[in-house]
Amino acid sequence: MSDVKYISGKEPHPKERRMIFKNVDREGWDQSIETYEKDGGYEVLKKAMKMAPGDITTEVKTGGLRGRGGAGFPTGVKWGFLPPNNTKPVYLICNADESEPGTFKDRYIIHQDPHQLIEGMIISCFAVGAKLAYIYIREEFPEGAQILEAAIEEARAKNYLGDNVLGSDFDLEIYVHRGAGAYICGEETGLIESLEGKRPYPRIKPPYFPAAMGLYLCPTIVNNVETLCHVGHILRIGGEEWAKIGTPNNTGTRILCVSGDVQKPGYYEVEVGSLTMGELINDVCGGLKEGRELKAVIPGGSSAKVLRAGETFKVGRGDDAKEIDIWNIKMDFDTLAACGSMAGSGGVIVIDDSRSISWVLNNINAFYAHESCGQCTPCREGSLWMKKITDRLVGGTASPTDIDTLYDVAKNIDGRTICAFGEASAWPTESFIEKFKDELVADTNPELAGEKVNNEAQLAAAGLL
Amino acid sequence: MSEVKPDLIDVQINGEWHSFPKGTRMIEACKEVGVEVPHYCYHPKLTSPGNCRMCLVEMGMPPRPAPGSDPVEPDEDGHVPISWIPRPVIACANTIAPNMGIRTESEMTEECRKGVMELLLANHPLDCPICDQAGECSLQEFSVEHGKGESRFREQKVKKPKNVEIGPRIRLDDERCIMCSRCIRFMDEIADQPVLGFTDRGSHTTLTIHPGHELTSNYSLNTADLCPVGALTSNDFRFQMRVWFMKETKTIDVNCATGANITVFAREGKIYRVIPRQNNNVNSNWMPDSHRLNIHWINSEARLTDPLVRDEKSGNHRVATWNGAMQTSADALLKLDGSEIAVIGSARMTNEELLITNRLAKQLDAGHVDVVAREGEPDGYLISADRNPNSNGAKLILGLENPGSTIDQIREGIAQGRIKALVCLQENIIDDAGFSADELAKLDFFLTSYPLANATAEVADVVLPGACWAEKSGTMVNGTGRLQRLNKCIEGPGQTLEAWEIVRDLIQALGGGNGIYAATELFAQLAGEVPEFEGITFGQIGDLGLPLIETDERIPLLEREAERKAQGLIVG
Repeated sequence: MSDVKYISGKEPHPKERRMIFKNVDREGWDQSIETYEKDGGYEVLKKAMKMAPGDITTEVKTGGLRGRGGAGFPTGVKWGFLPPNNTKPVYLICNADESEPGTFKDRYIIHQDPHQLIEGMIISCFAVGAKLAYIYIREEFPEGAQILEAAIEEARAKNYLGDNVLGSDFDLEIYVHRGAGAYICGEETGLIESLEGKRPYPRIKPPYFPAAMGLYLCPTIVNNVETLCHVGHILRIGGEEWAKIGTPNNTGTRILCVSGDVQKPGYYEVEVGSLTMGELINDVCGGLKEGRELKAVIPGGSSAKVLRAGETFKVGRGDDAKEIDIWNIKMDFDTLAACGSMAGSGGVIVIDDSRSISWVLNNINAFYAHESCGQCTPCREGSLWMKKITDRLVGGTASPTDIDTLYDVAKNIDGRTICAFGEASAWPTESFIEKFKDELVADTNPELAGEKVNNEAQLAAAGLL
Repeated sequence: MSEVKPDLIDVQINGEWHSFPKGTRMIEACKEVGVEVPHYCYHPKLTSPGNCRMCLVEMGMPPRPAPGSDPVEPDEDGHVPISWIPRPVIACANTIAPNMGIRTESEMTEECRKGVMELLLANHPLDCPICDQAGECSLQEFSVEHGKGESRFREQKVKKPKNVEIGPRIRLDDERCIMCSRCIRFMDEIADQPVLGFTDRGSHTTLTIHPGHELTSNYSLNTADLCPVGALTSNDFRFQMRVWFMKETKTIDVNCATGANITVFAREGKIYRVIPRQNNNVNSNWMPDSHRLNIHWINSEARLTDPLVRDEKSGNHRVATWNGAMQTSADALLKLDGSEIAVIGSARMTNEELLITNRLAKQLDAGHVDVVAREGEPDGYLISADRNPNSNGAKLILGLENPGSTIDQIREGIAQGRIKALVCLQENIIDDAGFSADELAKLDFFLTSYPLANATAEVADVVLPGACWAEKSGTMVNGTGRLQRLNKCIEGPGQTLEAWEIVRDLIQALGGGNGIYAATELFAQLAGEVPEFEGITFGQIGDLGLPLIETDERIPLLEREAERKAQGLIVG
């Protein structure tokens, strides 16, 4: 690794450990297969092809890889859900619909190191027995789609793809499928519906668990871009060795995408759990902006529950149980869950005291109201309702009781929808009200309590009279 | 331990244990024991998308002890305590599991329902006073039980298209739509015209029809029935009558041999609407538009209201009394030999009417008896090639092997002067059986009964106002051999009589007869006289009929429904 040089000004922070992002911003690096092969690319595939597919899954399980898309579900366990005596085709889908606000990692893999993804996908397909795989890439990444198409062609020319991969009896094709621009396509069953040419309405589970009834009702594995890349690295160094990276049950590296009110926002690949929030913000990201204080952090993409500066969190069990503040939260799956939030997609949004909490919440609500697919009642009706209330909150025409209504609406969405979008849209509102109620109420006008909003003046202003 | 029932699963519903067959949906299990789970999107004949979330219930499963800890001991009935799951589940798409618990009255379930109701109403227009669905709207019904009674929604409601013509018979109000997708699924899964769909996202989701398409399917009006709210309404019924003012009668459709089960909605002698009534052995839950809309002639000006007898001097029809008309007819018929008389009945008659028509033929010793056949193209769904509702009744009761096959012989007989009198009951043989006015003019005596004035009546000596299907009761045997009840929905206009009454009175005028006062008496006689009906009582037939004879006829829509059920796609 010592020979790896990065473009001046884009060097990794010393606390980073670059595996997935090893070639991102690397000097002299390009997307071609020759460059990738020169760096040892596709050697892991050759090794994997000599293994029994089941052994690859075992390695991934041993590594303890957890999905990097948001839910953090163990990848090997997911693969293990494929029906044992299956006679249908198995599909593997790479979820490259990276659209969780605050998340911007997969695009760099696709743009700068597409062969890393393709190699990871081929190994994963071989492991799960998929002969056909799709990369579902969001509409907003047109260049990424072209890069992947070109990379797939290169890989096919070298027989990493196509019939009889590397002379084996394993055939594999990978197709790039571009979405049409909807956040909900990142939900795996919505993605599958979209891939089938339909509206991306998430399916009910049960019965439509993708591993049993996925694409075209065949067993299907859907994994995130970063997750599939990690499969290659696990095979390269072995599951046991890979599991030593990070902390127990929170293994490997992961890319944290830091945005918001820090000196140096950006992407940082770190060993999971190796950093605390304080180290991430103050050290890696160069600290908060001049003269500012931390107000809150959304640690795992916009749908993760907000963490308030000044809050205390109970972490650990038994003798290890302790109370910590926000600065000492370890940025791993389990600690963030114990703090009542989640590691999610790795999108860390830092909010300082210059921000109005009402404005932040309204910004998030606007996103979810716009992106709710509209299939099921609570999220369809609730997400826009929440946005309309926070619109008024920001505009100064909300009353204190509106905050209570807002909270109830969120609670009526949470846990009652077809897919996790319900929680994604409800959790920000729930957690913002739970932790910043005073500040939200301060933006309301008590004189407006009980006043009808649909008065004639407003109708006229909206051009509806 | 209770005895082992391999295909039955024990489920606890609101504290009581019940057994249901494996694979039963939770919502159906609840229904079976009288526990209603409110729902909008779920329909047993359609796939279950689980989108309305109204059927959320609290669910529990057997506890799963941590590895190493002791298994939970079952009680003496074999049940273990249920550990309740903090997240509600939809009852519509989930199937039961052994030792499952369902709570439909718990705080969690009630909170879910209240929440969904409030959200459904957030953007729904409160235009119930002018909405056709009012009175039969699920949103209204569940608001009573699960609504808050007042709205906390202080925002502008979403504006959407209103009064959209999406087909010749259906109109759409998008603001009322609650996006349950029943209509979309019906047109896709059953009517094979998948032209409905949603556009836009979130609260702006809008039901629409694919550009360049129209909802032309002959089954389009079923979408208005399926719509739980007033989003889809029938152009024909729209704004005609509030539903609560109408009287409902369960009866059957008579437009073809399928005999779809229907409910007729009428008020003060006028039929406003016909909707299909569920019968899984006949029409499932559906019916063709063409059949349900074939009602407007019933209340038309063209109805015959009085017996008419031709005045010999003027040659014009004059209004007569029933007695007078019967006497005139009997006098004319008694002058002739039976071989000179033909009786044409109708396969639109009830079994009871056919039985008494057969008696008339015997009384007259008539040389010819037949009915008019009606054939058309079957539509591959519910419409049979046989457009008569009771051809099987005619076969069984009149002893006709091939109904309608001797009509041409009757025409020949009339042309050759061998047949001198014709009694034509409930048929318009000029328009429907190829007779001409000139041919019929050769008859010495021609009697016809029919609901409407028509070309055949013009040339008849005696014209009698016969009740139409909606104005009489009786039974019929459909194409598949199912015995079904036709029930009187409204009174016929003026002096109208049911055909069996007309025939009874004619027999009496001819010097025969007995005192029959109700069609049910005729059915009792039928059960005594026609072997296939032996032992059946009128009451046994019930609202859904019962199988009477075996036939080759199959209903294609039901066959496809059975396939979907076998695949587990629908409950059926």
